[in-house]
Amino acid sequence: MDIDLLTNVFYAMVRTGTPLLLVALGEMVCEKSGVLNLGQEGMMLFGAVIGFMVAFSTGHLWLGVLLAMLAGILLSLLFALVAVHLNANQVACGLALTIFGVGLSSFVGASWVGKPLEGFSPIAIPLLSQIPGIGKMLFAQDALVYLSFVLFALVAWIVLRSRIGLIIQAVGENPNAASAMGLSVLRVRTLAVMFGGAMAGLAGGYLSLAYTPMWAENMTAGRGWIALALVVFASWRVFRVLLGAYLFGLASILHLVAQGIGVTLPANLMAMLPYVATIVVLVLLSRDTIRTRLYAPVSLGQPWKAGH
Amino acid sequence: MSIDTQPTSCPPPRVQLSGITKRYPGTLANDRIELTLEPGEIRALLGENGAGKSTLMKIIYGVTAPDEGEIRWNGRPVVIRDPAQARRLGIGMVFQHFSLFETLTVAENIALALGPEAHPRRLVSRIREVSQRYGMPLEPDRLVHSLSIGERQRVEIVRCLMQDIQLLILDEPTSVLTPQEAEDLFVTLRQLAADGCSILFISHKLGEVRALCSTATVLRAGCVAGHCIPAQCSDLELARLMVGDAEGLEGSYPKAHGGAVFLNVSQLSWRNPDPFGTSLVDLSLEVRAGEIMGIAGVAGNGQDELLALLAGEIRLPPQESARICIASEPVAHLSPEARRRCGQAFVPAERLGHGAVPDMSLADNALLTGFQQGLLQHGLIKHDKVMAFANDIIRRFSVKTPDAQAIASSLSGGNLQKFILGREILQQPKLLIAAHPTWGVDVGAAAAIHRALIGLREAGAAILVISEDLDELFQICDRIAALSNGRLTTPVEVAHTHPIEVGRWMAGQFDISHSAA
Repeated sequence: MDIDLLTNVFYAMVRTGTPLLLVALGEMVCEKSGVLNLGQEGMMLFGAVIGFMVAFSTGHLWLGVLLAMLAGILLSLLFALVAVHLNANQVACGLALTIFGVGLSSFVGASWVGKPLEGFSPIAIPLLSQIPGIGKMLFAQDALVYLSFVLFALVAWIVLRSRIGLIIQAVGENPNAASAMGLSVLRVRTLAVMFGGAMAGLAGGYLSLAYTPMWAENMTAGRGWIALALVVFASWRVFRVLLGAYLFGLASILHLVAQGIGVTLPANLMAMLPYVATIVVLVLLSRDTIRTRLYAPVSLGQPWKAGH
Repeated sequence: MSIDTQPTSCPPPRVQLSGITKRYPGTLANDRIELTLEPGEIRALLGENGAGKSTLMKIIYGVTAPDEGEIRWNGRPVVIRDPAQARRLGIGMVFQHFSLFETLTVAENIALALGPEAHPRRLVSRIREVSQRYGMPLEPDRLVHSLSIGERQRVEIVRCLMQDIQLLILDEPTSVLTPQEAEDLFVTLRQLAADGCSILFISHKLGEVRALCSTATVLRAGCVAGHCIPAQCSDLELARLMVGDAEGLEGSYPKAHGGAVFLNVSQLSWRNPDPFGTSLVDLSLEVRAGEIMGIAGVAGNGQDELLALLAGEIRLPPQESARICIASEPVAHLSPEARRRCGQAFVPAERLGHGAVPDMSLADNALLTGFQQGLLQHGLIKHDKVMAFANDIIRRFSVKTPDAQAIASSLSGGNLQKFILGREILQQPKLLIAAHPTWGVDVGAAAAIHRALIGLREAGAAILVISEDLDELFQICDRIAALSNGRLTTPVEVAHTHPIEVGRWMAGQFDISHSAA
């Protein structure tokens, strides 16, 4: 395999893995606070369609990104109201949110399907982007991929180093104790759900404004579900989420590589590969049950009510 | 430590409760409670489980709101809406059921409690300093899940000591400390009180209450049963105030010698894979039929490991199966169920989650270990038999519960413990292993549990009691040994030793060669 092919593979790997990274980071933070939001797919789709509509009508891509995130937050607030504040079953609410988001995005975006949009284009950083192998991957991406790098660093710092991270982890592990210490469990959880919504909206916006700048029904193609699995198999650890997202990206583009080097495999098998490969690798990584238990948010999925 | 420096000769009370009433469905938890604490006062709050102590503490700490009544803080009426506000006022609390985060380190746990300006890494040296000064050594970087019960309690206490507090509420803080450690804690608490901090001290150990507290308030069935000066009251007088009737509280039992060896542990060594856990070293002991053998020791010295090995939760490989023998049969490789078939019964240290499933009914919990009592037929549950078994336990062990369908977590600690112990005893085991049988249990229930254990002994069973309560061990055990850092002293007859000597063993002051004999 020559170095040019490798350079392009790495580049495409990051591009393809980015939406997954964004939505998985949001869901990880959400789950660390003890809330399981299965509505990622719905929030992504709603973000994608709103982002596309705004960018198409106004001509401002960044305004589209902003509104995509707001759209995600809007749906997540609906979820937070029902599942966090009214103590409804989180699994049922999350599923409902996805179904709602899929339908709503199709309805809203019906007349926008197939319209062309000039999306985010790559910005090559001089010199650095010329580094063989990794230069193009890290330094010739579009603005939203750079943003995902920044957001990853931010989330990693929050989760691993900051007091906010401690608070989120404390609330997710033992909400009663957290409340007894004076932390507001409902507020922490609501904010975490909103963060998850913003990230899902952003991931959707990335798809419709940068990755494939257009709107199509169900264009997320199950990435919201993969992100959910990713968070669990990454045992809620931020670097493993990154690894899993890019691994998925890599497996997704392997068929291009395979064609490039003259190997032909059945298309169906190739389409399965990213899902299978990501899950196999992460399952292997999460075999150490003691460590996994250490990172898993104990109260995940359990509604919490103050004062008992 | 903030000290009241009011110029007036008579500062207002630190906290004054008047007419505090709290109703729960079906019960009146607090009924017009009056309680006053002066600055620097150490007051004991006494009462049986279910007397309303926990509810009252939760009200002061802002966890629950009272239905009626007024709280005055330093003379001003306040409404304490949540624990955060309580902590801002300067109220600290050490819970009986720990409020720690297991996946965080000691320093992170403390930092969370201290507020936004505290950073775990900057706290490390202060934690070391405070914990050493108060005789409660702690390693700030350890994860809480790797700590023993005793060590966790230290974290809770140190966490409170590091905050600016004017009122410290302690819910049975000494139940996991050695007598010497408890005395060290009292020195700390007296120092705190001298600095002006008021202390509300909940304990079932009347000796400690007498040593530490200048005043006491006794609750009974949600009401204040009386106030007294503990130093001027005998145990019996205090117990009578709490229970209302002191029959059977004076626990003094004749010692027994036991017969044939029933449980034999010989040169048991076990390496703990958890780097923070305790490994057992060359541990030998015998428990005879018809005797109660006691193992003293501070939490975290190998009790959990020994219990897991004896219960079968940790199994040894078959070639080492003779390390533990029941009636000369090697069992160290057998599962808990197989050991139950050998006549063994087990009461674990943790009631909720280990001894009983919190969200299941008492009847279902009875079935969990009582399934060999004819409660099953062809793999199907015979519900009428299960109910009868559960009701039998409830009746014979005076478990206070509406009925056998009540869920386990709704019972008070003492009542649930009576139920769990009753469940095991009614199966007529030949060997009972009980861990901390009266931890956090009130005097009435503790006496009932002790009587039940003695009764089982008289019926010829071999009993092993692992406890941190030396008074209890001396009261009910026939022979005693101490576990320290995974090593066990040679068991001696209780009549031939003294708590001070056993306290020294608990601190590790014994001859190793002597212990391996």
